[in-house]
Amino acid sequence: MEFTEKAVVMTAGDMNRVMARMASQIVENNPDLSGVLLVGIHRRGVPLADTIAAKIKEMDGVDVARGTLDITLYRDDLTTVADRPVINKTELPANITGKTIILVDDVLYTGRTIRAAMDELIDFGRPRRVQLAVLIDRGWRELPIQADYVGKTVTTTEAEIIKVMLPEFDETEQVLLVEPK
Amino acid sequence: MPLHRKDLLGIADLSVEEINLILDTAVTFRDINTRQIKKVPTLRGKTVINLFFEASTRTRTSFEIAAKRLSADAVNISASTSSVVKGETLVDTALNLQAMAPDAIVIRHSSSGAPHQIAKIVKAGVINAGDGAHEHPTQALLDALTIRHAKGRLAGLKVAIIGDVLHSRVARSNAHLLTKLGAHVVLAGPRTLMPFGLEKLIPPGNGSIRFAENVDEAITDADVVMMLRIQMERQSGGFFPSLREYSIHFGLNKRRLALAKPDAIVLHPGPINRGVEIDSDVADGASSLILDQVENGVAVRMAVLYLLAGGE
Repeated sequence: MEFTEKAVVMTAGDMNRVMARMASQIVENNPDLSGVLLVGIHRRGVPLADTIAAKIKEMDGVDVARGTLDITLYRDDLTTVADRPVINKTELPANITGKTIILVDDVLYTGRTIRAAMDELIDFGRPRRVQLAVLIDRGWRELPIQADYVGKTVTTTEAEIIKVMLPEFDETEQVLLVEPK
Repeated sequence: MPLHRKDLLGIADLSVEEINLILDTAVTFRDINTRQIKKVPTLRGKTVINLFFEASTRTRTSFEIAAKRLSADAVNISASTSSVVKGETLVDTALNLQAMAPDAIVIRHSSSGAPHQIAKIVKAGVINAGDGAHEHPTQALLDALTIRHAKGRLAGLKVAIIGDVLHSRVARSNAHLLTKLGAHVVLAGPRTLMPFGLEKLIPPGNGSIRFAENVDEAITDADVVMMLRIQMERQSGGFFPSLREYSIHFGLNKRRLALAKPDAIVLHPGPINRGVEIDSDVADGASSLILDQVENGVAVRMAVLYLLAGGE
Protein backbone atom coordinates (compact mmCIF):
# COMPACT_ATOMS: atom_id res chain seq x y z
CA MET A 1 0.00 0.00 0.00
CA GLU A 2 1.20 3.50 -0.83
CA PHE A 3 0.84 6.28 1.72
CA THR A 4 0.74 10.05 1.72
CA GLU A 5 2.68 11.42 4.66
CA LYS A 6 0.55 14.02 6.43
CA ALA A 7 2.56 14.91 9.53
CA VAL A 8 5.46 13.91 11.74
CA VAL A 9 3.76 13.17 15.06
CA MET A 10 6.98 12.50 16.96
CA THR A 11 10.68 12.65 16.22
CA ALA A 12 13.19 10.25 17.78
CA GLY A 13 13.95 12.95 20.37
CA ASP A 14 10.26 13.35 21.22
CA MET A 15 9.89 9.58 21.60
CA ASN A 16 12.86 9.44 23.95
CA ARG A 17 11.53 12.23 26.16
CA VAL A 18 8.01 10.83 26.22
CA MET A 19 9.16 7.36 27.22
CA ALA A 20 11.31 8.80 30.01
CA ARG A 21 8.22 10.59 31.28
CA MET A 22 6.11 7.42 31.06
CA ALA A 23 8.83 5.52 32.93
CA SER A 24 8.79 8.05 35.77
CA GLN A 25 4.98 7.92 35.93
CA ILE A 26 5.17 4.14 36.21
CA VAL A 27 7.69 4.42 39.06
CA GLU A 28 5.53 7.03 40.79
CA ASN A 29 2.38 4.89 40.58
CA ASN A 30 4.07 1.64 41.60
CA PRO A 31 6.24 2.16 44.70
CA ASP A 32 7.02 -1.57 44.85
CA LEU A 33 8.64 -2.25 41.47
CA SER A 34 9.54 -5.82 42.49
CA GLY A 35 5.90 -6.81 41.92
CA VAL A 36 5.74 -5.16 38.48
CA LEU A 37 5.93 -7.01 35.18
CA LEU A 38 6.31 -4.98 31.96
CA VAL A 39 4.70 -6.94 29.14
CA GLY A 40 5.27 -5.80 25.56
CA ILE A 41 2.65 -6.75 22.98
CA HIS A 42 4.11 -8.08 19.71
CA ARG A 43 5.50 -6.68 17.64
CA ARG A 44 6.22 -3.01 18.40
CA GLY A 45 5.22 -3.11 22.05
CA VAL A 46 8.16 -5.43 22.78
CA PRO A 47 11.02 -2.97 22.07
CA LEU A 48 8.98 -0.14 23.63
CA ALA A 49 8.71 -2.16 26.87
CA ASP A 50 12.48 -2.72 26.71
CA THR A 51 13.07 1.03 26.34
CA ILE A 52 10.78 1.88 29.26
CA ALA A 53 12.53 -0.78 31.39
CA ALA A 54 15.90 0.75 30.52
CA LYS A 55 14.65 4.21 31.54
CA ILE A 56 13.40 2.85 34.88
CA LYS A 57 16.79 1.24 35.44
CA GLU A 58 18.53 4.58 34.72
CA MET A 59 16.24 6.40 37.14
CA ASP A 60 15.88 3.92 39.97
CA GLY A 61 18.52 1.27 39.38
CA VAL A 62 15.80 -1.40 39.40
CA ASP A 63 15.59 -4.19 36.82
CA VAL A 64 11.88 -4.49 36.17
CA ALA A 65 10.74 -7.96 35.14
CA ARG A 66 9.66 -8.25 31.50
CA GLY A 67 7.51 -10.46 29.35
CA THR A 68 6.10 -10.57 25.84
CA LEU A 69 2.62 -11.33 24.61
CA ASP A 70 1.39 -12.41 21.20
CA ILE A 71 -2.36 -11.92 21.04
CA THR A 72 -2.97 -13.52 17.63
CA LEU A 73 -4.71 -16.62 18.97
CA TYR A 74 -7.04 -14.42 21.05
CA ARG A 75 -8.10 -12.06 18.24
CA ASP A 76 -11.84 -11.69 17.67
CA ASP A 77 -11.49 -11.24 13.90
CA LEU A 78 -9.51 -14.36 12.96
CA THR A 79 -12.43 -15.80 11.00
CA THR A 80 -12.67 -12.68 8.85
CA VAL A 81 -9.00 -12.28 7.95
CA ALA A 82 -8.11 -14.41 4.95
CA ASP A 83 -4.50 -15.16 5.85
CA ARG A 84 -3.53 -16.62 9.18
CA PRO A 85 -1.12 -14.22 10.84
CA VAL A 86 2.31 -15.46 11.85
CA ILE A 87 2.41 -16.12 15.59
CA ASN A 88 5.22 -14.76 17.74
CA LYS A 89 6.36 -16.11 21.07
CA THR A 90 4.48 -15.37 24.27
CA GLU A 91 6.95 -15.33 27.15
CA LEU A 92 5.61 -14.82 30.63
CA PRO A 93 6.96 -16.03 33.98
CA ALA A 94 5.43 -19.28 35.22
CA ASN A 95 3.26 -17.47 37.73
CA ILE A 96 1.78 -14.03 37.17
CA THR A 97 -0.74 -14.28 40.00
CA GLY A 98 -0.45 -11.29 42.33
CA LYS A 99 1.72 -9.26 39.94
CA THR A 100 1.06 -5.75 38.70
CA ILE A 101 1.19 -6.12 34.94
CA ILE A 102 1.81 -3.14 32.72
CA LEU A 103 0.89 -3.88 29.11
CA VAL A 104 2.91 -1.89 26.60
CA ASP A 105 1.82 -1.27 23.01
CA ASP A 106 2.61 1.29 20.34
CA VAL A 107 -0.86 2.55 19.35
CA LEU A 108 -4.19 2.41 21.17
CA TYR A 109 -6.98 2.44 18.58
CA THR A 110 -10.10 0.22 18.77
CA GLY A 111 -9.05 -1.41 22.04
CA ARG A 112 -9.54 -4.90 20.64
CA THR A 113 -5.86 -5.82 20.92
CA ILE A 114 -5.92 -4.91 24.62
CA ARG A 115 -9.11 -6.95 25.15
CA ALA A 116 -7.33 -9.95 23.61
CA ALA A 117 -4.21 -9.29 25.69
CA MET A 118 -6.20 -9.21 28.92
CA ASP A 119 -7.98 -12.47 28.04
CA GLU A 120 -4.63 -14.12 27.36
CA LEU A 121 -3.14 -12.83 30.63
CA ILE A 122 -6.05 -14.24 32.61
CA ASP A 123 -5.29 -17.68 31.12
CA PHE A 124 -1.85 -17.49 32.72
CA GLY A 125 -3.05 -16.52 36.19
CA ARG A 126 -4.74 -13.79 38.22
CA PRO A 127 -2.69 -10.59 38.21
CA ARG A 128 -3.28 -8.17 41.08
CA ARG A 129 -3.89 -5.36 38.60
CA VAL A 130 -3.33 -4.65 34.93
CA GLN A 131 -2.28 -1.24 33.64
CA LEU A 132 -1.78 -0.04 30.09
CA ALA A 133 0.99 2.11 28.59
CA VAL A 134 0.82 3.26 24.96
CA LEU A 135 3.02 5.56 22.95
CA ILE A 136 0.08 6.99 20.95
CA ASP A 137 -3.64 7.14 21.72
CA ARG A 138 -5.38 7.91 18.43
CA GLY A 139 -8.99 7.56 19.58
CA TRP A 140 -11.75 5.56 17.77
CA ARG A 141 -12.31 3.11 20.61
CA GLU A 142 -14.76 0.25 19.99
CA LEU A 143 -14.51 -1.14 23.53
CA PRO A 144 -14.52 0.57 26.95
CA ILE A 145 -10.73 0.52 27.37
CA GLN A 146 -8.39 3.34 28.38
CA ALA A 147 -4.66 3.73 28.93
CA ASP A 148 -2.99 4.58 32.24
CA TYR A 149 0.14 6.01 30.61
CA VAL A 150 -0.08 7.82 27.26
CA GLY A 151 2.88 9.18 25.33
CA LYS A 152 0.79 11.44 23.14
CA THR A 153 -2.88 11.77 22.24
CA VAL A 154 -3.44 12.38 18.54
CA THR A 155 -6.69 13.37 16.86
CA THR A 156 -7.17 11.28 13.72
CA THR A 157 -9.75 10.49 11.09
CA GLU A 158 -10.70 6.84 10.68
CA ALA A 159 -8.90 6.60 7.34
CA GLU A 160 -5.62 7.85 8.72
CA ILE A 161 -2.92 5.51 9.97
CA ILE A 162 -0.36 6.08 12.74
CA LYS A 163 3.00 4.59 11.75
CA VAL A 164 5.28 3.99 14.69
CA MET A 165 8.75 3.36 13.27
CA LEU A 166 11.34 1.71 15.49
CA PRO A 167 14.96 0.80 14.71
CA GLU A 168 14.16 -2.88 15.41
CA PHE A 169 11.75 -3.09 12.47
CA ASP A 170 12.17 0.05 10.37
CA GLU A 171 15.02 2.10 9.06
CA THR A 172 14.23 5.10 11.25
CA GLU A 173 12.80 6.08 14.60
CA GLN A 174 9.79 8.39 14.40
CA VAL A 175 6.00 8.45 14.45
CA LEU A 176 4.14 9.49 11.29
CA LEU A 177 0.54 10.30 10.49
CA VAL A 178 -0.16 8.90 7.01
CA GLU A 179 -3.13 8.19 4.79
CA PRO A 180 -3.46 5.49 2.12
CA LYS A 181 -3.20 6.92 -1.42
CA MET B 1 3.66 -16.22 3.69
CA PRO B 2 0.23 -17.75 4.35
CA LEU B 3 -1.09 -21.20 3.52
CA HIS B 4 -3.49 -20.66 0.63
CA ARG B 5 -5.23 -24.00 0.54
CA LYS B 6 -8.46 -25.60 1.70
CA ASP B 7 -7.03 -29.06 2.33
CA LEU B 8 -3.86 -30.81 3.46
CA LEU B 9 -3.83 -34.00 1.40
CA GLY B 10 -0.13 -34.78 1.09
CA ILE B 11 3.41 -33.50 1.32
CA ALA B 12 4.02 -34.01 -2.40
CA ASP B 13 2.25 -30.79 -3.43
CA LEU B 14 3.51 -28.60 -0.56
CA SER B 15 6.21 -26.03 -1.21
CA VAL B 16 9.29 -25.68 0.98
CA GLU B 17 7.89 -22.35 2.23
CA GLU B 18 4.58 -23.95 3.20
CA ILE B 19 6.34 -26.76 5.07
CA ASN B 20 8.49 -24.28 6.98
CA LEU B 21 5.45 -22.16 7.80
CA ILE B 22 3.68 -25.17 9.33
CA LEU B 23 6.81 -26.17 11.30
CA ASP B 24 7.43 -22.62 12.57
CA THR B 25 3.80 -22.27 13.60
CA ALA B 26 4.00 -25.64 15.38
CA VAL B 27 6.92 -24.38 17.48
CA THR B 28 4.72 -21.67 19.00
CA PHE B 29 1.95 -24.20 19.65
CA ARG B 30 4.41 -26.47 21.46
CA ASP B 31 4.66 -23.69 24.09
CA ILE B 32 0.91 -23.71 24.62
CA ASN B 33 1.07 -27.42 25.43
CA THR B 34 3.36 -26.65 28.37
CA ARG B 35 1.10 -23.97 29.88
CA GLN B 36 -1.12 -24.58 32.87
CA ILE B 37 -4.20 -23.77 30.83
CA LYS B 38 -3.49 -25.62 27.60
CA LYS B 39 -6.20 -23.95 25.59
CA VAL B 40 -6.59 -20.86 23.42
CA PRO B 41 -9.90 -19.53 22.03
CA THR B 42 -8.69 -19.36 18.42
CA LEU B 43 -11.10 -21.82 16.77
CA ARG B 44 -14.07 -21.24 19.06
CA GLY B 45 -17.27 -22.22 17.29
CA LYS B 46 -15.50 -24.33 14.66
CA THR B 47 -16.26 -28.02 14.28
CA VAL B 48 -13.68 -30.66 13.43
CA ILE B 49 -14.83 -34.17 12.48
CA ASN B 50 -12.37 -37.03 12.87
CA LEU B 51 -13.50 -39.68 10.40
CA PHE B 52 -11.42 -42.82 10.93
CA PHE B 53 -11.98 -45.89 8.77
CA GLU B 54 -8.87 -47.57 10.22
CA ALA B 55 -7.75 -48.28 13.75
CA SER B 56 -5.80 -45.48 15.41
CA THR B 57 -5.14 -44.27 18.92
CA ARG B 58 -2.23 -41.88 18.50
CA THR B 59 -3.30 -39.94 15.45
CA ARG B 60 -6.98 -39.72 16.34
CA THR B 61 -6.31 -38.68 19.94
CA SER B 62 -3.69 -36.23 18.74
CA PHE B 63 -6.09 -34.54 16.31
CA GLU B 64 -8.82 -34.50 18.95
CA ILE B 65 -6.56 -32.89 21.55
CA ALA B 66 -5.23 -30.43 18.97
CA ALA B 67 -8.77 -29.35 18.04
CA LYS B 68 -9.85 -29.04 21.67
CA ARG B 69 -6.79 -27.01 22.66
CA LEU B 70 -7.79 -24.53 19.94
CA SER B 71 -11.35 -24.50 21.40
CA ALA B 72 -12.87 -26.20 18.36
CA ASP B 73 -15.50 -28.87 18.91
CA ALA B 74 -14.16 -32.28 17.93
CA VAL B 75 -16.42 -35.15 16.90
CA ASN B 76 -14.98 -38.64 16.43
CA ILE B 77 -16.45 -41.18 14.05
CA SER B 78 -14.94 -44.60 13.60
CA ALA B 79 -16.06 -46.85 10.78
CA SER B 80 -16.93 -49.77 13.04
CA THR B 81 -19.64 -47.74 14.81
CA SER B 82 -20.86 -45.74 11.79
CA SER B 83 -23.35 -46.31 9.00
CA VAL B 84 -20.49 -47.70 6.93
CA VAL B 85 -21.33 -51.07 8.48
CA LYS B 86 -24.85 -50.60 7.05
CA GLY B 87 -23.38 -50.22 3.57
CA GLU B 88 -23.21 -46.44 3.16
CA THR B 89 -20.65 -45.36 0.54
CA LEU B 90 -17.75 -43.06 1.34
CA VAL B 91 -19.23 -40.28 -0.79
CA ASP B 92 -22.63 -40.52 0.90
CA THR B 93 -21.02 -40.48 4.34
CA ALA B 94 -19.05 -37.36 3.33
CA LEU B 95 -22.12 -35.58 1.94
CA ASN B 96 -24.09 -36.31 5.09
CA LEU B 97 -21.29 -34.99 7.27
CA GLN B 98 -21.05 -31.92 5.04
CA ALA B 99 -24.75 -31.26 5.67
CA MET B 100 -23.87 -30.79 9.35
CA ALA B 101 -21.50 -27.96 8.33
CA PRO B 102 -18.16 -28.94 9.84
CA ASP B 103 -15.17 -26.66 9.22
CA ALA B 104 -12.62 -29.44 8.89
CA ILE B 105 -12.78 -33.18 8.26
CA VAL B 106 -9.80 -35.29 9.29
CA ILE B 107 -9.91 -38.60 7.46
CA ARG B 108 -8.03 -41.88 7.61
CA HIS B 109 -8.91 -44.54 5.07
CA SER B 110 -7.36 -47.76 3.82
CA SER B 111 -7.75 -46.67 0.18
CA SER B 112 -5.20 -44.30 -1.31
CA GLY B 113 -6.93 -41.16 -2.60
CA ALA B 114 -10.02 -41.38 -0.39
CA PRO B 115 -9.33 -37.96 1.24
CA HIS B 116 -8.80 -36.42 -2.22
CA GLN B 117 -12.19 -37.68 -3.36
CA ILE B 118 -13.88 -36.25 -0.26
CA ALA B 119 -12.02 -32.94 -0.59
CA LYS B 120 -13.58 -32.48 -4.02
CA ILE B 121 -17.16 -32.82 -2.80
CA VAL B 122 -17.20 -31.09 0.60
CA LYS B 123 -16.78 -27.43 1.51
CA ALA B 124 -14.92 -28.22 4.73
CA GLY B 125 -11.15 -28.39 4.76
CA VAL B 126 -9.97 -31.98 4.47
CA ILE B 127 -6.88 -33.22 6.30
CA ASN B 128 -5.40 -36.55 5.30
CA ALA B 129 -4.60 -38.57 8.42
CA GLY B 130 -3.32 -41.50 6.36
CA ASP B 131 -4.68 -42.96 3.11
CA GLY B 132 -3.67 -46.51 2.21
CA ALA B 133 0.02 -46.72 1.30
CA HIS B 134 -0.04 -43.18 -0.12
CA GLU B 135 0.55 -40.33 2.34
CA HIS B 136 0.38 -39.39 6.01
CA PRO B 137 1.37 -35.74 5.87
CA THR B 138 1.02 -34.74 9.53
CA GLN B 139 3.25 -37.67 10.54
CA ALA B 140 6.01 -36.47 8.21
CA LEU B 141 5.58 -32.93 9.56
CA LEU B 142 5.88 -34.04 13.18
CA ASP B 143 8.92 -36.16 12.28
CA ALA B 144 10.50 -33.12 10.64
CA LEU B 145 9.72 -30.97 13.68
CA THR B 146 11.34 -33.57 15.94
CA ILE B 147 14.45 -33.81 13.76
CA ARG B 148 14.73 -30.04 13.41
CA HIS B 149 14.39 -29.59 17.18
CA ALA B 150 17.10 -32.19 17.88
CA LYS B 151 19.50 -31.32 15.07
CA GLY B 152 18.70 -27.68 14.36
CA ARG B 153 18.21 -28.38 10.65
CA LEU B 154 17.22 -30.97 8.06
CA ALA B 155 19.46 -29.98 5.16
CA GLY B 156 22.44 -32.28 4.68
CA LEU B 157 21.33 -34.89 7.22
CA LYS B 158 21.45 -38.59 6.37
CA VAL B 159 18.11 -40.16 7.26
CA ALA B 160 17.79 -43.96 7.12
CA ILE B 161 14.23 -45.23 6.74
CA ILE B 162 14.16 -48.93 7.58
CA GLY B 163 11.53 -51.61 7.22
CA ASP B 164 8.27 -52.13 5.37
CA VAL B 165 8.59 -49.25 2.89
CA LEU B 166 6.19 -50.96 0.47
CA HIS B 167 3.11 -50.54 2.67
CA SER B 168 4.28 -47.36 4.41
CA ARG B 169 2.54 -44.03 3.82
CA VAL B 170 4.81 -42.66 6.56
CA ALA B 171 7.87 -43.50 4.45
CA ARG B 172 6.36 -41.85 1.35
CA SER B 173 5.37 -38.63 3.06
CA ASN B 174 8.73 -38.49 4.80
CA ALA B 175 10.63 -39.14 1.58
CA HIS B 176 8.84 -36.17 -0.02
CA LEU B 177 9.33 -33.84 2.92
CA LEU B 178 12.92 -34.73 3.78
CA THR B 179 14.17 -34.41 0.21
CA LYS B 180 12.33 -31.10 -0.26
CA LEU B 181 14.17 -29.77 2.79
CA GLY B 182 17.53 -31.06 1.59
CA ALA B 183 18.04 -34.26 3.57
CA HIS B 184 19.55 -37.44 2.11
CA VAL B 185 17.11 -40.32 2.43
CA VAL B 186 18.33 -43.92 2.35
CA LEU B 187 15.75 -46.71 2.31
CA ALA B 188 16.42 -50.31 3.35
CA GLY B 189 14.62 -53.46 4.47
CA PRO B 190 13.58 -56.85 3.09
CA ARG B 191 13.82 -56.80 -0.71
CA THR B 192 10.25 -58.06 -0.90
CA LEU B 193 9.13 -54.88 0.87
CA MET B 194 11.23 -52.41 -1.14
CA PRO B 195 9.20 -50.59 -3.82
CA PHE B 196 12.17 -50.19 -6.17
CA GLY B 197 11.50 -47.32 -8.56
CA LEU B 198 10.03 -45.15 -5.80
CA GLU B 199 13.20 -43.06 -5.92
CA LYS B 200 12.27 -42.05 -9.47
CA LEU B 201 8.80 -40.86 -8.42
CA ILE B 202 10.07 -38.50 -5.75
CA PRO B 203 11.80 -35.34 -6.94
CA PRO B 204 15.12 -35.17 -5.08
CA GLY B 205 14.69 -31.46 -4.26
CA ASN B 206 17.83 -30.20 -2.59
CA GLY B 207 18.49 -33.62 -1.08
CA SER B 208 18.59 -37.14 -2.49
CA ILE B 209 16.87 -40.49 -2.20
CA ARG B 210 18.16 -44.02 -2.83
CA PHE B 211 17.82 -47.64 -1.77
CA ALA B 212 20.70 -49.19 0.19
CA GLU B 213 22.02 -52.72 -0.36
CA ASN B 214 21.23 -53.67 3.22
CA VAL B 215 20.18 -52.24 6.56
CA ASP B 216 23.72 -51.92 7.94
CA GLU B 217 24.81 -49.82 4.98
CA ALA B 218 21.76 -47.58 5.33
CA ILE B 219 22.34 -46.98 9.04
CA THR B 220 26.10 -46.37 8.76
CA ASP B 221 26.84 -42.71 9.56
CA ALA B 222 23.14 -41.83 9.65
CA ASP B 223 22.03 -38.77 11.64
CA VAL B 224 18.51 -40.10 11.94
CA VAL B 225 17.30 -43.70 11.98
CA MET B 226 13.58 -43.95 11.30
CA MET B 227 12.17 -47.42 11.89
CA LEU B 228 8.89 -48.39 10.26
CA ARG B 229 6.28 -50.59 11.84
CA ILE B 230 5.75 -54.06 10.43
CA GLN B 231 2.15 -53.68 9.34
CA MET B 232 0.73 -57.02 10.37
CA GLU B 233 -2.70 -55.97 9.03
CA ARG B 234 -1.31 -55.42 5.53
CA GLN B 235 0.87 -58.53 5.22
CA SER B 236 -0.91 -60.71 2.70
CA GLY B 237 1.79 -63.24 3.49
CA GLY B 238 5.12 -64.33 2.12
CA PHE B 239 7.07 -61.08 2.42
CA PHE B 240 9.44 -62.50 5.06
CA PRO B 241 9.77 -65.92 6.72
CA SER B 242 9.10 -65.07 10.36
CA LEU B 243 9.09 -62.20 12.84
CA ARG B 244 12.18 -63.70 14.50
CA GLU B 245 14.05 -63.71 11.23
CA TYR B 246 12.85 -60.17 10.50
CA SER B 247 14.20 -58.98 13.82
CA ILE B 248 17.62 -60.57 13.18
CA HIS B 249 18.11 -59.19 9.68
CA PHE B 250 16.21 -55.91 9.68
CA GLY B 251 15.46 -54.93 13.30
CA LEU B 252 17.18 -52.06 15.11
CA ASN B 253 19.34 -53.28 17.98
CA LYS B 254 22.26 -51.77 19.89
CA ARG B 255 24.84 -53.23 17.52
CA ARG B 256 23.21 -51.73 14.43
CA LEU B 257 22.58 -48.38 16.08
CA ALA B 258 26.33 -48.18 16.89
CA LEU B 259 26.95 -47.93 13.12
CA ALA B 260 25.13 -44.60 13.00
CA LYS B 261 26.68 -41.30 14.07
CA PRO B 262 27.27 -41.14 17.86
CA ASP B 263 24.60 -38.45 18.24
CA ALA B 264 22.08 -40.15 15.94
CA ILE B 265 18.44 -40.06 16.92
CA VAL B 266 15.92 -42.90 16.59
CA LEU B 267 12.35 -42.31 15.41
CA HIS B 268 9.37 -44.60 15.01
CA PRO B 269 5.82 -43.57 14.02
CA GLY B 270 4.28 -46.07 16.46
CA PRO B 271 2.79 -48.31 17.55
CA ILE B 272 6.07 -50.17 18.06
CA ASN B 273 6.40 -53.94 17.83
CA ARG B 274 8.98 -54.47 20.57
CA GLY B 275 11.53 -57.11 19.69
CA VAL B 276 10.50 -57.13 16.02
CA GLU B 277 11.52 -53.93 14.19
CA ILE B 278 13.05 -52.35 17.28
CA ASP B 279 14.60 -53.77 20.47
CA SER B 280 13.34 -52.47 23.80
CA ASP B 281 16.75 -51.18 24.90
CA VAL B 282 16.89 -48.99 21.77
CA ALA B 283 13.24 -47.90 21.90
CA ASP B 284 13.66 -46.85 25.53
CA GLY B 285 17.28 -45.69 25.14
CA ALA B 286 18.82 -42.24 25.19
CA SER B 287 18.82 -41.89 21.38
CA SER B 288 15.10 -42.56 21.10
CA LEU B 289 12.82 -39.58 20.51
CA ILE B 290 9.72 -41.70 19.96
CA LEU B 291 7.72 -39.96 22.70
CA ASP B 292 8.93 -36.52 21.57
CA GLN B 293 7.34 -37.38 18.24
CA VAL B 294 4.00 -37.92 19.95
CA GLU B 295 4.35 -34.61 21.81
CA ASN B 296 5.23 -32.77 18.61
CA GLY B 297 2.27 -34.43 16.89
CA VAL B 298 -0.22 -32.37 18.88
CA ALA B 299 1.64 -29.13 18.08
CA VAL B 300 1.86 -29.92 14.36
CA ARG B 301 -1.84 -30.75 14.16
CA MET B 302 -2.74 -27.56 16.01
CA ALA B 303 -0.65 -25.65 13.47
CA VAL B 304 -2.38 -27.36 10.54
CA LEU B 305 -5.88 -26.77 11.97
CA TYR B 306 -5.00 -23.14 12.72
CA LEU B 307 -3.58 -22.49 9.27
CA LEU B 308 -6.39 -24.27 7.39
CA ALA B 309 -9.62 -23.98 9.36
CA GLY B 310 -11.64 -20.83 9.63
CA GLY B 311 -10.56 -17.98 7.38
CA GLU B 312 -12.84 -17.53 4.41
